[in-house]
Amino acid sequence: MRSTPELDARAGLDKLATYPFAVLTWVDDAGYPLSVAIEPTFESDRPAASFTAPAGLPVPTDREISLSGSHIRPQPGYGYDERRHVTVWGRASVVGERVTMTGGRAWGWDEAEVPFFEYSERSTGQSRKYFDALSRERGTPVKPRLSLGFLALRTTRLPFLTATIVPVVLGIAIAASHGSFDLATALLTVVGASLAQLAINVSNDVFDTAQGADDVNVTPTQFSGGSRVIQYGLVTFRQMATLGMALYLAAAVVGLALLAMRGSIELLVIGVVGFVVGLGYTAPPLKFVYRGLGEIAVAIGFGPLMLLGAYVVQTQGALRWEPFVASMPVALLVALILYVNEIPDRRADARAGKRTLPVRFSPATVVTGYRVAAATAYVVVALGVIAGILPMPTLLILLSIPLALRVSRGLLPNYDNPYGLMAVMGVNIKLHVVAGVTLIMAYAIVMLAAVLTPGVDLFLG
Amino acid sequence: MATVPESVARLLEVALVGDLTVVDATGRPITYPLIPLWDGEKVYLTSSTLFSRKLEHIKGDPRVSLSITDPVATGGRLDRATIQGDARIIDADPHGGWERLLPIWEKKEPSIVLFLKARVALPLFFERALIELTPRRVLYWPDGSAASVPTVTVAGEEAA
Repeated sequence: MRSTPELDARAGLDKLATYPFAVLTWVDDAGYPLSVAIEPTFESDRPAASFTAPAGLPVPTDREISLSGSHIRPQPGYGYDERRHVTVWGRASVVGERVTMTGGRAWGWDEAEVPFFEYSERSTGQSRKYFDALSRERGTPVKPRLSLGFLALRTTRLPFLTATIVPVVLGIAIAASHGSFDLATALLTVVGASLAQLAINVSNDVFDTAQGADDVNVTPTQFSGGSRVIQYGLVTFRQMATLGMALYLAAAVVGLALLAMRGSIELLVIGVVGFVVGLGYTAPPLKFVYRGLGEIAVAIGFGPLMLLGAYVVQTQGALRWEPFVASMPVALLVALILYVNEIPDRRADARAGKRTLPVRFSPATVVTGYRVAAATAYVVVALGVIAGILPMPTLLILLSIPLALRVSRGLLPNYDNPYGLMAVMGVNIKLHVVAGVTLIMAYAIVMLAAVLTPGVDLFLG
Repeated sequence: MATVPESVARLLEVALVGDLTVVDATGRPITYPLIPLWDGEKVYLTSSTLFSRKLEHIKGDPRVSLSITDPVATGGRLDRATIQGDARIIDADPHGGWERLLPIWEKKEPSIVLFLKARVALPLFFERALIELTPRRVLYWPDGSAASVPTVTVAGEEAA
């Protein structure tokens, strides 16, 4: 994959004509490039540019010459922006003082057309090639590096742990409001669930790489497109697979410890289903995300399964409707994180055979889908309160509606701009966290009220 | 001893961008806009391994030139210069070897230090090589016009 576009001579000269001057270059008789700034004129009927011969520097006609234009806008105190450049190669003919270059081919880059991050992603192969050459030169592997902390952060996609923390802590809070709380198993649940999510994150990258989805994605963002540590050569495929297995193993050990400590068959069922859903997200033969079931798998995994799992650890298997209903908004909002993150990935996903919802539906339908799902999250809570299943303080979740509106309004204008969409994706993640925190706060209020005002019922009906 | 005339040294100090031209395996010149970093004796440029074709070309043929031509990038200066010289790639430590030039780079692009702190976001961009350019011949146009014959200085000699 070439990182910058090859242009034909006409297109290159048209771009060059937008620059106030050009740099004429050729290789002199001593073998050194020689450049001089000139002001060319461009012919409209053929791909050619002409200019006055530079004084004292004969332009050769027996070899290729080039005309280049480059532009930046200085930003004092910061650096610069508006980077673009173009080079056109051709042969010169000289008549008197006038030189004419007939263009042959051209290349260039304009960050307004190909954003820098995409340009960099398209150049990943060149970096790999360079490191391979360095390794051959030195007879020892030379690889790009990151500090261990940064590498761990990037490899496991650690910041996404909020997807686990929110439902697990909410499940523990609901159980506590029902009079069931054990600190040791609560902490162990958070650790085990976090290990499970990190295992899923890592194994997803392994399977996406194996199936080519991450390799063909040239517009990843900090929220989408995987960790890319394999693509960047920071971690080998084998190391990543080993890490995924180790994390699954660690999560399983914690899960078994919890089973031994709490003896709940419900926890065993939830753990097994969670493992199948998590691994099957990208792994064959299930490959939920490739079949258009990724959003549902994420909703189930990071909604009811996490929340009910945390709940039954505390209650030693006892289940109620309340934690299930409370998990619905969390499930919907976490699925919407994936849903929005899939928008910039949709072209690469389609090439890799991933049938995600943004791959299958039009932008207008995808945005409508977002609005319906987000609204449903709030309606479920309201109905839960009216039905007397959820306590009234859970209506605090309505405070997060402005965030949902910001996401909803930001989707269409940025639909085809992955880097503009990054801010929207950030708000969408914040929406899940804020909504989750308001629900956790609601149960803190319930517990506080039970202590301070024992007679007051915070449930309708 | 200065390896370029004083006026060219001043251009190098202020220029936000210069055009580095290398020669590919077919003998064709290829031009890349880069930030020139002048340490008082040699010119340095840096390249990410992402955009390392230029490094491969230099390893094949070290003869390069660097042109400072854009008044926008030199704070409105009209004089122009082209430095021909021999380039050496310094890539013993792509991860951090280039950082010794960071103080000079930061003067021209202050935000680079902030970007470096967040190198986790774009790790390959900060895997870099240095291009060390030893000037051999300098062409200088005091008025910036190609209609004038440039002043030519050969390293170790007075201006011609």
